[in-house]
Amino acid sequence: MSELDRRAGDGVAVPAEWTYAPAPESREIVRLRERYGHFVGGEWLEPAESYETIAPRDEEPLAAVGQATAADVDRAVSAAREAYAGAWASLPGSERAKYLFRIARILQERSREFAVLESLNGGKPIKESRDVDLPLAAAHFFYYAGWADKLEYAFPNRRPRPVGVAGQIIPWNFPLLMLSWKIAPALACGNTVVLKPAETTPLTALLFCDVLRQAELPPGVVNIVTGDGRTGAALVEHPDVDKIAFTGSTEVGKAIQRRLAGSGTKLTLELGGKAANIVFDDCALDQAVEGIVNGIYFNQGHVCCAGSRLFVQESIYEPLVEKLKRRLTTLRVGDPLDKNTDVGAINSRMQLEKIEELVASGREEGAEIYQPPCVLPEKGYWFAPTVFTNVAQSYRIAQEEIFGPVLSVLTFRTPDEAVEKANNTPYGLSAGIWTEKGSRILWMAQRLRAGVVWANTFNRFDPTSPFGGYKESGFGREGGLHGLEPYLSFEDA
Amino acid sequence: MSRLPVRKTYKLYVGGAFPRSESGRTYEAEGQNVARASRKDARDAVRAARAAQRGWAKATAYNRGQVLYRLAEMVESRIPAFESVCGGRAEVEAAIDRIVWYAGWADKLPQVLGGTNPVAGPYFNFTVPEPTGVVALLAPDEPPLLGLVSRLLPPLVGGNAVVAVASEPRPLAAIELAEALATSDLPGGVVNLLTGFRNELGPWLAAHMDVNALDLTGADGASAELEALAAENVKRVVRGRADAQSPWEIASFLELKTVWHPIGT
Repeated sequence: MSELDRRAGDGVAVPAEWTYAPAPESREIVRLRERYGHFVGGEWLEPAESYETIAPRDEEPLAAVGQATAADVDRAVSAAREAYAGAWASLPGSERAKYLFRIARILQERSREFAVLESLNGGKPIKESRDVDLPLAAAHFFYYAGWADKLEYAFPNRRPRPVGVAGQIIPWNFPLLMLSWKIAPALACGNTVVLKPAETTPLTALLFCDVLRQAELPPGVVNIVTGDGRTGAALVEHPDVDKIAFTGSTEVGKAIQRRLAGSGTKLTLELGGKAANIVFDDCALDQAVEGIVNGIYFNQGHVCCAGSRLFVQESIYEPLVEKLKRRLTTLRVGDPLDKNTDVGAINSRMQLEKIEELVASGREEGAEIYQPPCVLPEKGYWFAPTVFTNVAQSYRIAQEEIFGPVLSVLTFRTPDEAVEKANNTPYGLSAGIWTEKGSRILWMAQRLRAGVVWANTFNRFDPTSPFGGYKESGFGREGGLHGLEPYLSFEDA
Repeated sequence: MSRLPVRKTYKLYVGGAFPRSESGRTYEAEGQNVARASRKDARDAVRAARAAQRGWAKATAYNRGQVLYRLAEMVESRIPAFESVCGGRAEVEAAIDRIVWYAGWADKLPQVLGGTNPVAGPYFNFTVPEPTGVVALLAPDEPPLLGLVSRLLPPLVGGNAVVAVASEPRPLAAIELAEALATSDLPGGVVNLLTGFRNELGPWLAAHMDVNALDLTGADGASAELEALAAENVKRVVRGRADAQSPWEIASFLELKTVWHPIGT
């Protein structure tokens, strides 16, 4: 191992040469159609308008997909209502469960196909879509399948009933996984669904319709309409939707909450974050560095719970930043379909521009930027892993959600100060703690105002584990027993 | 020769004290001159609530349960005073029983609402309920005492601090309750009671950036507008029932926090 004989900018020791032979995952497994319509009532509805969806790694057009109009959304809601009023709501829970188990199994069987398509359309590294997104998506269906005939045990004395038609709007960072977080609990509780995938990542949701066909799910139980924010707005505004579940930006979440004011429509919001990842001087330093890297560079930082604000106890600031920068030089940025890739493509041009704008603001406000030497592909959307040091809490890069591979490093001296600084944000989705002292972990975990707290780990997810935010990161939980509640009505209420 | 009684001045309850409205205004309700709180009083009440909330949430569940039980004791000892400002003895007794019922929930919520989660990996993972923070509530008009108690106790037992706007036509029960609260060992500022005009106070509280949740049970038709204002900082909006008694009423003012830690040697 001759790793430390070259010095890059900032005097950071970097490996002399770590080259990797290309290890491309074949995309042959994915067969795309040229055009897709909307999946309504078990059939493909020809769209009035279409747009190209592309591969962010090289801007290659992949397929034409529909831009659903209010009329298309209305047809989807009608199909969902019809299915709800028909057999679905009265189907015994044990039978609903079996459909969900089927879906889980088919996703497992076809997981590589989905993983490749997810990386192609979204830009995330194949090892993440293969090892994280797909296994978790299947596990979500499997977990909620088991609840479908046990709801009265989850909510004793409450007589749980389905809500009706759920409108679900999901983001582009974990397209199929977010679909499973939405659809699995909704169906387990006996609802029917109209789901809108994100504008830039519709393809795995459209491929999922083929899973539904294979599972022989009754038509209209799940309907999928594609399009941009206009489609989402039409779904939110539709009077026959009983429940809206939205995952996305805080700005849009607020607009939805405002739009639904007074309507009585059930609402859950999973919005933005600006998580504090807090590192104490007694932590296992190398493990913490891995956790920091996983916290912010996982999925190019396109993660609402990303550990984007790193708080380092002053006494270990220098060695930690040195180790972190060195670790960054070993991250492999490039083709999402290469099995060695750690950091893939930025999801869209729009997102890239947003990251670039915020990074420019960080420089202007006085933060010091570090990026490891790496060659970015010429085509497509790319951004090098970035660390800002010398960051003040007031800087935009310490306040605003960047949703990219950009870390802001701040410091603290005492646990109290760490808590104050960590909570100094309108967001409250997640937080991280790194220390070997158990009592301090619990003390910190009690005080951090966040829905998920990772201690000596980061970015872990599981179907049994409730996920969701405090404050302006939203309300309602997804996952676990608690994730059923948004899709049920109760006679005691 | 009959003695001339000493009358009471009906004031606000903010930060554990009984101030008049800073505006100097009153309005007449139930035959009394009642303080008519201003938006500045509402702001002061939110500030007092925020300052008190952390300490209240940090108190042990056992302690919170005992403090709220003492509130029931304080109301019990004032039954005649309460009888005259609500629907009568039966309502007071129902309110006392409801306070006792909720007091008993303080140290049981985490086991009913949270738990451990069997994640597929070497991690210990648990979920606990926590207070959402500062709750603003518009109390229902009827029943004047039981309605307020039914809406106040759920956020309170969960560890929240509350700014409550009393019923506009029936505010005396709230003021009476403030006097019981003040002698119940509840730290000042954990409950703040404002009397005044709902239309005037509601929008300021609904839009207040340091309020985490809004209970619109007594909103009286204005809830759409107030809900829209509440979206400004993604408030939890609760449309409850004036007569509800359920742990799920408490749950609607709670957040769920999930903590992960690796298991290893």
